[in-house]
Amino acid sequence: MVKKSIHEINRKIEDGSVNVVTAEEMVTIVKDLGVEGAAKEVDVVTTGTFGAMCSSGLMLNLGHSEPPIKIQKVWFNNVEAYSGVAAVDAYLGAAQISDTRGIQYGGAHVIEDLLRGKEINVHATSYGTDCYPRKVLETTITLEDLNEAVLLNPRNAYQKYAAATNSSKRILNTYMGELLPNFGNVTYSGAGVLSPLSNDPNYETIGMGTRIFMGGAQGYVIGNGTQHSPSSSFGTLMLKGNLKEMSPDYLRAASFTGYGTTLYMGIGIPIPILNERLAAATAVRDEDITTNILDYAVGSRDKPIIRQVNYAELKSGLVQIEGKNVPTSSLSSFKYARKIANELKQWVKQGEFFISMPVERLSGEGLAKPMKQTQAVPLVKDVMSDFIVTIKKDQTIQEAAKKIWENSFNHLAVVSEAGELVGILTAWDISKAVAENSFDSVESVMTKKVLTCSPNEPVDIAARRLDRYGVSAMPVIDTQNRVLGIITSDNISKLFARRY
Amino acid sequence: MKIKISIPTERIQNPIISESIIETGISINIMVANIDSTYGELIADVSDFQFDKIKNALESRGAIVSILDRPIHRDEEECVECGACISVCPMNVYTFDEAWNVQVDEKKCIQCGMCIKMCPHGALKLGE
Repeated sequence: MVKKSIHEINRKIEDGSVNVVTAEEMVTIVKDLGVEGAAKEVDVVTTGTFGAMCSSGLMLNLGHSEPPIKIQKVWFNNVEAYSGVAAVDAYLGAAQISDTRGIQYGGAHVIEDLLRGKEINVHATSYGTDCYPRKVLETTITLEDLNEAVLLNPRNAYQKYAAATNSSKRILNTYMGELLPNFGNVTYSGAGVLSPLSNDPNYETIGMGTRIFMGGAQGYVIGNGTQHSPSSSFGTLMLKGNLKEMSPDYLRAASFTGYGTTLYMGIGIPIPILNERLAAATAVRDEDITTNILDYAVGSRDKPIIRQVNYAELKSGLVQIEGKNVPTSSLSSFKYARKIANELKQWVKQGEFFISMPVERLSGEGLAKPMKQTQAVPLVKDVMSDFIVTIKKDQTIQEAAKKIWENSFNHLAVVSEAGELVGILTAWDISKAVAENSFDSVESVMTKKVLTCSPNEPVDIAARRLDRYGVSAMPVIDTQNRVLGIITSDNISKLFARRY
Repeated sequence: MKIKISIPTERIQNPIISESIIETGISINIMVANIDSTYGELIADVSDFQFDKIKNALESRGAIVSILDRPIHRDEEECVECGACISVCPMNVYTFDEAWNVQVDEKKCIQCGMCIKMCPHGALKLGE
């Protein structure tokens, strides 16, 4: 039985005899020496991760102006921050986007610009009081001018993260990047073998008060992160660190096309090897950490699982989906994760960084709940028309025109012999065919690339798709591509007319 | 070399590509083709010494031919080597080396711009 204390390890850090390795190196050490041998040999294992962490932000204090102002609303380079805390404190969220530049520039960019020493415009407004008479404020600040500039990140360093793919026929722009049609790619995030929480999955040493590497400086874990979901191995951390001590090497603003801004944070956590259990835990490999590939074609909260996958497969560059090799992209940087684990290792080795025990442990049980919603979300099947007129693709345009006229229904679903949807034909398509004087079969005139939706999708998502692609109706299909009905902009207007 | 062939609206009904290939006997390897009723744009590979001949044939029929000699450029300061670009590139321009550095093979680039939209750090640009 190996049993070490934090004090022993810190004494070794002080006298320079500490043995520190990265979580990547630990894999081989445990393989060579066994768990007991490794636990005796190694004192500290360093981890690292560098990826998009949207739930990050800066708590800052501007100091008081003359005459003083109790800031009610405040913008930094046109990015709004929350200032409902006293007079000159504000919280600038990384994901808040610019009022003028949109998703090109956001809170994350202001934070990086501050860190790079750039001047930031401040605009603030207030209602004015006897003690804070000022109503409007314009100034510029740099990081140095702030009393405090503390990164307070509600949810960082996910234990692991679900990977993303897209079964639809269109490109999707998501916070998981650009997802190509027909399972064209898979994107993922997380450092796998180096992931901090995956190396201490029972949260034995990572807890409230744990000293960490954060953005190139020393920071702290201040508790579990929001949406902490330990029972599903999706633990998260809430972190705090002084922006003034950080480095832009490990803190980078980013913008995902069609989604918004986020902050890439570099986090490294040392794990003291106090016993065999921790030695075994830190020997975790990429292939031991599994996650799911989710289909982002479904815009709902619960996305269908396409398959289970481990980080070794994701990092290999190709994963199999439906018998096809699909290329993967990492959104987090493994190179930087490694750099962070190595830098933290050097800090410990050189006696610049001491290990701490948590003052309180993180909860090891529980699941993050979905939102309580008091209004039922209408689904496509609740508002769609069950009545749909179908036609076969080898029928004539004249037959199609007749069907439209007889049923006074503007959209014909074109179906195969087996009843599967193969196209859609509208009165407009027919007018076009007549105008161009080409009356071939339905097949030659119909739209083949049909937008569709499923009966259990929320109406809001279907409406968004109709709007985005500028069409007035979509067939509703089941999983076998059979037509169940149609949802039109009329159905949606009726829904709203009833509601208000 | 990689070339871009643009076909303007008024010529879209003509079989410009086929005619040019038949006339010159030069085969071109079409890598990307976006053609609809209003406009056409193709990216193709053609050997250097046959370029002039196929260019003349295409341009005599109303196409516009340009050489793609300004491939993707990566700003190494902005890049964090995440590899987001890897899976969206149709030509496999991007790969990881053993140390997880992103390697860029500009020669393969067909300037489609997919990676530019994908890069979270705005590190990729065309034509610099």
